[in-house]
Amino acid sequence: MEPLKTTPLVDRHRALGALMAPFGGWDMPIQYEGILAEHRACREKSALFDICHMGEFRYEGDIVGGGLENVFTMSVASIPVGRSRYGFLLNERGGIIDDLIVFRLAENEAMIVVNAATAPNDFAVIGSRLPGSARFEDISAATGKLDLQGPLSRDVLMSLIGREITSLPYFRFIETTVMGSPAIVSRTGYTGELGYEIFLPAEKTAELWDALLAYPSVKPAGLGARDLLRLEVGYSLYGNDLDEKVTPLEAGLDAFVNFDKAFVGKEALLAQRAAGLPRAKVAFKVGSRRSPRHYYEIWSGEARVGTVTSGAFSPMLGCGMGLGLVDPASAAPGAALTIRHGSLVMEATVCSLPFYAGGSLRA
Amino acid sequence: MPNTYYTKEHEWVTVDGTSASVGITDFAAHQLGDITFVELPKVGKTVKQFEVLCGIESVKTASDIYAPLSGKVVAVNDALNDTPEVVNASPEESAWMAKLEIADASETSKLMNRDQYLEYLKGL
Repeated sequence: MEPLKTTPLVDRHRALGALMAPFGGWDMPIQYEGILAEHRACREKSALFDICHMGEFRYEGDIVGGGLENVFTMSVASIPVGRSRYGFLLNERGGIIDDLIVFRLAENEAMIVVNAATAPNDFAVIGSRLPGSARFEDISAATGKLDLQGPLSRDVLMSLIGREITSLPYFRFIETTVMGSPAIVSRTGYTGELGYEIFLPAEKTAELWDALLAYPSVKPAGLGARDLLRLEVGYSLYGNDLDEKVTPLEAGLDAFVNFDKAFVGKEALLAQRAAGLPRAKVAFKVGSRRSPRHYYEIWSGEARVGTVTSGAFSPMLGCGMGLGLVDPASAAPGAALTIRHGSLVMEATVCSLPFYAGGSLRA
Repeated sequence: MPNTYYTKEHEWVTVDGTSASVGITDFAAHQLGDITFVELPKVGKTVKQFEVLCGIESVKTASDIYAPLSGKVVAVNDALNDTPEVVNASPEESAWMAKLEIADASETSKLMNRDQYLEYLKGL
């Protein structure tokens, strides 16, 4: 097995007493003080996440006339400069190789942000689909990424970076200067709260981390809290809810597939839509504080109808919550389900997303 | 005079005459992280030493709690239904989970006393 990769902040995490664990080939902080305290910090004040493990690619070449446009499910050509868009990289069968965000840096330049575990394969697949004239580069190692999320994140960044970030709408970004270096500050995140993702040179990451943690309203948060936060707002996690055997239609993410253009996997998705989906995404709440967990069975009456893909206790709801893939007939809102694992049985009810809608995301 | 014993699975049991209170140790509570649910046993349930007594869940994982001694459950700590976080805050004082009517007091010989348990933790 290859040794785990570490981010530029690994010594900071250890000094803070973080519980470290492998994630996508990286040695990452799961928690510092505690998952629930870090979750609360993000919902009420602001939380700082080390996201240096995620991958970043830079593309230079024709975006409108071929290039990236046919590689992803969303239209890249129509993204205005200064905005970003979420979508998928699919295989020929319509399965999800990765979910990602494309940032339109300039007319002929883009940055693609992908998941850590899938980054090497993503780079190979995207590269193989691009025309030879395009310049395509993996800038992951040189790029640091910190996410500041929470209702107070704007106030903190305004005083650290400047007023220009205050007018940034959701899914837009600016190229600016942070800690004396060129950086991208993007109004995106994965928590359901107002928040920003900051991309800057890897060697500057520790300096920014220290500067942000100097604010009393900023707490470091690990991947444990991040998983709870994202699930409460119903976001899918690659490797749990999404993988190469799941299509965006099954995952309930049709909104990020543009059928008005060509892309790899489109024929398979059209065929699946015509034939009827074999399974569908379902969201459910448990009638107790019990946590459903990845791979627990989902039953409807006496029939096993699917599998839990993500599950946890929701601090905001005070009950268990989960996402799963089930027989579409069992996914109607209000339907009763049973979650089973060995002798463990929990009653659940199908609900709509998000589980928690009270976040500051649109503030 | 009550005596407290410990299992290798990090349960504690305080024996007072024929009655025993059961919980998990500070070490176990710390390892589990934030406790979100305690599945208390049913009053009247009988259990053999080292069999599953009940369950506990943290944000990270679900675990079994084993009976340190054989006996019958005569009381449970209902306060943990609404405030399972007490297990993190006070695992060895407030967060007892069940009281047992002890079936065989000689079983304590298979458990560790406090000094032995602390020594056992050092080896983990």
